[in-house]
Amino acid sequence: MRLLTHNMLSCNIKGVTNGFPLKIEATKVIEKQVDLNVDFLKNMFLKVEWKALVEASRSMGYAELPEEADSSLLGSEEFLKKFHHALLELHLEEGALICPETGRRFSVTKGIPNMLLHEDEV
Amino acid sequence: MKLKQLEGLLGDLQQFHNPKVELEQYPTGPHIASRMLYTADFSFGDVSNKVVADFGCGCGTLGIAAALLDAEYVIGVDIDAESLETASANAGDLEVNLDFVQCNIGTLRWRGQIIDTVVMNPPFGTRRKGADMDFLQRALEIASGAVYSLHKTTTREHIKRAAIREYNAASAEVICELRYDVPQMYKFHKKKDVDIAVDLWRFVPQKNEGKGI
Repeated sequence: MRLLTHNMLSCNIKGVTNGFPLKIEATKVIEKQVDLNVDFLKNMFLKVEWKALVEASRSMGYAELPEEADSSLLGSEEFLKKFHHALLELHLEEGALICPETGRRFSVTKGIPNMLLHEDEV
Repeated sequence: MKLKQLEGLLGDLQQFHNPKVELEQYPTGPHIASRMLYTADFSFGDVSNKVVADFGCGCGTLGIAAALLDAEYVIGVDIDAESLETASANAGDLEVNLDFVQCNIGTLRWRGQIIDTVVMNPPFGTRRKGADMDFLQRALEIASGAVYSLHKTTTREHIKRAAIREYNAASAEVICELRYDVPQMYKFHKKKDVDIAVDLWRFVPQKNEGKGI
């Protein structure tokens, strides 16, 4: 699971109002290089929740993203490479996603988070 | 990539090892899958460079097709862990990057307007009534650009009405009618295989004012 996906996921337990972003507990992270697409990155920059991405990438062992970012940074190749790396090249293989409100753990196995709910959570 | 080449690659994918009838697990054949994604890409520009989600991805056929047609980011969602493992293996074999999420479509809660296009071959609702409508409702909530979906031709009027009146679709069009070749997979199947008339739909969700881009 990569961090663009994480940036969309929120705890889906009934009644939870503060389920985003899920905290990441990373036991195994791998990196896979992919080509950088500037237009795509610019488009995504406007849509991602920045703080969530920064925190998530740190949990995955990557601390290069600035705390804050605005679109003027999109002119910097340096910034784009870091953004690209955090968003698209870090894969959470094993670990867990944790609901910030309830502490409920959603395990991540072989890169796949299990977001299935128990009967009493629906 | 040419249509024939895409169809060929999809035909080599592993399918359900242990299909579960209650989930209506049927493979989306390479003929339908390739035409569906090819149309979405070439006629409407909804695949290349886009963020695409495959709802009820099963063994990943539609999502993988999207990746092969240069979707920039693809996510497959399914309730069944076994299928997701097969989908993962399939993606690996073709060297495409797909993210997978195990989730019940009914409780999916995704933030924002990140997904451009949803592609899906949802259950038809023969085992769990209304399953097809759940998928459609979700897809229209989440996609910001377009939803491509397969539904039985016999449900055409019902689908159109529901999409527009209940699920807020700005438009709902049948792009073409296809024959879905269902092989004999389950004990209750009497015939060796059977052709079902299905519609390939393209739905466009209402633009959500003020949310995202």
